[in-house]
Amino acid sequence: MIVVAVHTPSRLGRWLVSGPPLAYLIVFFALPSLIMVLASFRTPGEFGGLAPLIEEGKLDLNLESYARFFSESVYAQIFLKSFGYALLTTLFCITLAYPLASLIARSSRRYRDLLLLLVILPFWSNFLIRIYAWMILLGPNAALARTVNRVLAWFGHDPVPLLFSAFAVLVCLVYVHLPFMVLPLYANLEKHDQALLDAAQDLGANAWQRFWRITFPLSLPGVYAGAALVFIPAFGIFAIPDILGGPEDSLIGNVIKQQFLETRDWPFGSVLSIVLTVVALAFAGLAAWVARGNLRTPSSARGSRA
Amino acid sequence: MALLEIQNVTRRFGDFTAVDNVSIGIEAGEFFTLLGPSGCGKTTLLRMIAGFDLPDGGRILLKGEDLVDRPPERRPMRMVFQSYALFPHMTVEGNVAFPLQMAKTPASEISAKVEAALEDVRLTGFDKRYPHELSGGQRQRVAIGRALVTHPSVLLLDEPLAALDAKLREEMQIELINLQKEVGITFVYVTHDQTEALALSHRIAVMNKGRIEQLDVPSKIYGFPKTRFVADFIGHINLLSGSVSERQGGVITLAVEGLGPVRVTSASPISVGGAGTIALRPEKIRIQSSAPTDSPDNHYRGTVGDLLYMGDVTVYKVSIPGGTRIEALLANSQSGRAKFFEIGDAVEVSWPVDAGHLIEE
Ligand SMILES: Nc1ncnc2c1ncn2[C@@H]1O[C@H](COP(=O)(O)OP(=O)(O)OP(=O)(O)O)[C@@H](O)[C@H]1O
Ligand SMILES: [Mg+2]
Repeated sequence: MIVVAVHTPSRLGRWLVSGPPLAYLIVFFALPSLIMVLASFRTPGEFGGLAPLIEEGKLDLNLESYARFFSESVYAQIFLKSFGYALLTTLFCITLAYPLASLIARSSRRYRDLLLLLVILPFWSNFLIRIYAWMILLGPNAALARTVNRVLAWFGHDPVPLLFSAFAVLVCLVYVHLPFMVLPLYANLEKHDQALLDAAQDLGANAWQRFWRITFPLSLPGVYAGAALVFIPAFGIFAIPDILGGPEDSLIGNVIKQQFLETRDWPFGSVLSIVLTVVALAFAGLAAWVARGNLRTPSSARGSRA
Repeated sequence: MALLEIQNVTRRFGDFTAVDNVSIGIEAGEFFTLLGPSGCGKTTLLRMIAGFDLPDGGRILLKGEDLVDRPPERRPMRMVFQSYALFPHMTVEGNVAFPLQMAKTPASEISAKVEAALEDVRLTGFDKRYPHELSGGQRQRVAIGRALVTHPSVLLLDEPLAALDAKLREEMQIELINLQKEVGITFVYVTHDQTEALALSHRIAVMNKGRIEQLDVPSKIYGFPKTRFVADFIGHINLLSGSVSERQGGVITLAVEGLGPVRVTSASPISVGGAGTIALRPEKIRIQSSAPTDSPDNHYRGTVGDLLYMGDVTVYKVSIPGGTRIEALLANSQSGRAKFFEIGDAVEVSWPVDAGHLIEE
């Protein structure tokens, strides 16, 4: 009994530990979300913002902004497009991060920290500055665009601009989110037990079979974690299409920003934000659900070289 | 020619020689054990046989074919890893089916073969479990079943029982013996546990510092150790060193310092003056309160210095006035009798001339 009592933190202790982060989440996440949900049911003000909540003694709450969202298909289309960009970004990130993460996981301890440092190095400079850097890299006078267009010219093709295009947006989306895929994937791959691969090889598996039957399924928790970290922010992004995209490349993040800052239709902006959150959460939930089926035994996956 | 031929195999790591010019021929159907202390190169040798590592010198042949160009996945041998190395994301069935799938076995035959392999290792009914839902002994059996399912010509086992507790280890040893008899597959077994090696093997190679010290059947390894190292490594033993003072027929007399002349039968061609060691097992020594007066045996007076009651037997450490200590072992066959002598008792130790075994130095 005494042992149990010692190991159970007191009620006060528990509150002291979990209190501050909880308070932070309530003040800066739960309350604003609640305000946004409330705003989505209100009427836009005459000159932007919100109309008074109580008008002529009556509570002014309505579903008009929701009705507008569901009646104008253009918004669903933008959602679909944003979803597509985010999905493509996630897929490209997986493809690029996988070899990188396994290279780092397999390199000697000495170089590992250095390589990880290089992966997170971009975070040391400002997000917007990095996006503007792509503007220069993809600009019409930069080597990349000139080379591409020279090659196109050989094939008798007209020159194409790289900047202000879906291409530019995607390249930058992948570039910005790549570390978020590399890090969880590395953390997963680094824990893999070499004895399992030796055993698979001993049992007749060639290099591809060892990857596909052992390494890849065991890395799925890392892939899902990375996918969530890439997909969710990529889904709502507005800065990259703003700076690098053409008029066609507006994503849902841009539309939401527009609603709040330019059109100043706060209720409709709130509706779009809520839909964005719900779709992203649903997607993350789906990924977690799929992952659970594959997350059988993380703890027994370890062992030592025999 | 033996099934598996290891010819002058050497493996160096930098200027350290882990396996030093080892030659072994392992016959089909044999239970062969590599025995030696930690770091003597057992795993290194086994990994070269499996193909995970290549020798710096020498050859490894299976049925006369040099294996140098065959990667592990193309050698008809299977390894059982000390850590089991079960695939955690696959069920028992999935684990055992894996090598069959790799061998492109028709899907229709797989489940019957898996079933048969699980029966061999007495795990019928466990096929839907995941490795983390099994006990240590059950995991070990899955690892063995998975290795046996394709009927390899050689099974390589690297300290497969090291992680199990003593009782389970003994059970698994008996199962391994029976299994090996049943499937008739050649086992190459690595262990640093001498009793395990003696209990399981048809033949044992005792390794030390990358070399083979002695390769023989268990009773010869135990009874006639060729070197001091082997004698010392396998069980308890008295080692009496000295120089040969007399040779008469098949009996050699060794002048042992601190004890006196000790006679031993030996076919060794050692000449008078040569250095030798007599290896003498404690259970071969008689311990009595008075001397057998007229006997050709070696016999010495002493006092009981220490004793260790171990239940079935008691070990007596007898101090001889010259300074030598002789370890003798007496079975407590009479029930309720803990020991025959007390510390300080004057005793006489004796052994026949053919009880010891001479090791030349
Ligand atoms: N890859 C390697 N690089 C350098 N030295 C190694 C390597 N592998 C093994 N060794 C050395 O070779 C020697 C033999 O190692 P090995 O693993 O074969 O020993 P072992 O007999 O299996 O020991 P144990 O009973 O502890 O498993 C050891 O001294 C070890 O340090
Ligand atoms: Mg070893």
